[in-house]
Amino acid sequence: MQIGLISLLDGLVYGMLLFMLASGLTLILSMMGVLNFAHASVYMLGAYFAYELSRWVGFWPALIIAPLLCGAIGAAIEVWGLRRVHHNGHIAELLFTFGLVFIIGRAVQMAWGMLPMPYRVPASLDFPLFSLYGENFPAYRGFMLLISALMLLTIWLLLKKTRIGLIIQAALTHPSMVSALGHDVPSVFTIVFAGGSLLAGLAGVIAGNYLTTESSMADAMGPIVFVVVIFGGLGSLAGCFIASILMGMVQTFSVVMEWSFADMLRPLGISVSADDLLGEILTISISRIGPLVPYVLLIVILLFRPRGLMGTRET
Amino acid sequence: MQRLRLLAITCLMLLGLAVAGQRSLAADDTIKIGYIDPFSGAFASGGDASLKMFQFIVDYINAKGGALGKKFELVTFDDKLQPAEALIALKSVTDQNLPFVMSCVGSNVGSALIDAVNKHNARNPDNRVLQINCGQLATELTNEQCSFWHFRFTGSVEMRAVARIKSLPQSVKSVYLLNQDYLFGQSIEKDTKRFLAEYRPDIKIVADEFIPLMQIKDFAPYVTKIKASGAQSLLTGNYGPDLNLLLKAAVDAGLEIRFDTYLAHVIGAATAMGSAGEGRVTSVLDDHENIPSEEHNAEAEDFVKKWRATHDFMFIAVPSVTQFEMMVRAINQAGSTDAVKVALALEGMEQKDLFGATNIMRKDDHQLLYPYYEGVFTKNVKYDAEKTGLGWKTEFKTTVADETLPTTCKMKRPSS
Repeated sequence: MQIGLISLLDGLVYGMLLFMLASGLTLILSMMGVLNFAHASVYMLGAYFAYELSRWVGFWPALIIAPLLCGAIGAAIEVWGLRRVHHNGHIAELLFTFGLVFIIGRAVQMAWGMLPMPYRVPASLDFPLFSLYGENFPAYRGFMLLISALMLLTIWLLLKKTRIGLIIQAALTHPSMVSALGHDVPSVFTIVFAGGSLLAGLAGVIAGNYLTTESSMADAMGPIVFVVVIFGGLGSLAGCFIASILMGMVQTFSVVMEWSFADMLRPLGISVSADDLLGEILTISISRIGPLVPYVLLIVILLFRPRGLMGTRET
Repeated sequence: MQRLRLLAITCLMLLGLAVAGQRSLAADDTIKIGYIDPFSGAFASGGDASLKMFQFIVDYINAKGGALGKKFELVTFDDKLQPAEALIALKSVTDQNLPFVMSCVGSNVGSALIDAVNKHNARNPDNRVLQINCGQLATELTNEQCSFWHFRFTGSVEMRAVARIKSLPQSVKSVYLLNQDYLFGQSIEKDTKRFLAEYRPDIKIVADEFIPLMQIKDFAPYVTKIKASGAQSLLTGNYGPDLNLLLKAAVDAGLEIRFDTYLAHVIGAATAMGSAGEGRVTSVLDDHENIPSEEHNAEAEDFVKKWRATHDFMFIAVPSVTQFEMMVRAINQAGSTDAVKVALALEGMEQKDLFGATNIMRKDDHQLLYPYYEGVFTKNVKYDAEKTGLGWKTEFKTTVADETLPTTCKMKRPSS
């Protein structure tokens, strides 16, 4: 029980972090049809910027400036890069963002080296918030939850209550119609891309010191974020939110599960030992294959509900 | 479309230039070593650190004159910690007729290379290659899988496990085992349990867990589990992000137990722990930068000082210095880089390492035997690690006799 409660909190923190990354990506993907491979690279840039800035001006200004820088980089990528390759079709755009991954990754390695950065939680947040069954819940994790909740609220208000939100929502499902109505869809694209990059940067800022800031952090986060986006469904922030929390929970709870498929079969009267055919796979405990579970879920949802959990349209 | 094609052609040309550049740099009057390690991907930091140490060692050895009047040269290949990529790299090594192939990271990579080198050498008797293992630790590589063409210049898991278990303080009565789910982690788990049973039957293993290699980003759930188990010590063979993230999560959650690790001295861990690791994180080390001053060895301390002047992470490759010194002697003795002759010269060779201990390359299984150190991460040291203000201090040292463990190797030797 106590493990359950703590895991719930852990899962929530991780899920919200995933949502921060995935929300921007899902907006970009549903609107522009571009699977932005470089999204996780911008997240990494956010962490490095925040580290560098926090050395000079402290963590709090960095929390604001670093995401803005990432947003600016996102806008630059869209205006000078994606827009140019856009008329060559989706493959060109895909290749472009794919190339960016390597360029950003290499640039970060050249600028900061391969050593993990000593980017630390600010002293003002480095204390245990409360203690649960003898285990501390760090204040910084509470702060992460707070920031991501605020972000969720902001996006929701922006999309539902403002005019630009209305246009973005319309462009998600009917881009050509919105354009025909005289709206400047390319600028909307730029805004969404910059906004998405800003969110990724923000995620980098608050995750960089919670996890570690190093040149492989983009590779580590990239695939799971794609899973969240596809699982949640195109064009749906709510789906993306549910998928993020679900993946966070799945990864956290799978660690705690000691039973295996063989244990599940036992009540059915089937007993499997490691020596049987497939026995080795069936007797592996769930905790050993935890990180694979999201990918299994991805395959399942693609088979049975290809548009994703709450997707509004087919890709 | 036109533009895309142009782009593709430009890329190809650039690639061609890069390859051509690499070829022309590799002059013919050097002894080339194909060096395969992860220089990108999750453990790129480790591969990069390792490369920097080897460049430093090669410079040191070359300054002493190299072998046969030639200097050593490293030709690097990226394997992304993937056995399949390493095999492609090995093909390039043999295509370029390089006499040595060296690889440090990933026992699964080492295992794949042993098989591939065996096959290659059997099929191409006039273009044989010697495999230098500088850090793939799974005991199996010199037992079940041992090969005449494979020399391990680093302690096996088994040798490290001896030092690890013997150095555990008597007060530790319960341990939590956490290891990576692949050849190396499984090897660690097996040997840890074996020597716990042999030397410390009083210690209870409260959990025995595997995690997927370099897949986990948030270790908080594991910390919860460890806390709930009530273990006094976490005994782990994790390295790279799998160790750094684990330590960080444990520090954040205020997990007040010992961390008795195998590899907490590898790059990045010191940064991740910071001062929270003070006095409770231990590691099993080939060497660390404070040994020379602990043992009053001015020559070795000089070596460390030179390293620290140009690098900001710890030098942990003394066995690799020994490796190059042995290679120099073997090549000189053989009069060439011929794989069979060099291998025969290396067998049974004795060489004093930087700290003055006599290391032995055992003929039976091609495993280098040398003493191990157990150190604690603490403030009271002369040289700190990764600019944290904390560094490693020796608590325990094994002897070469302690580390000479029986081998089950049945080596197939070339008939000629």
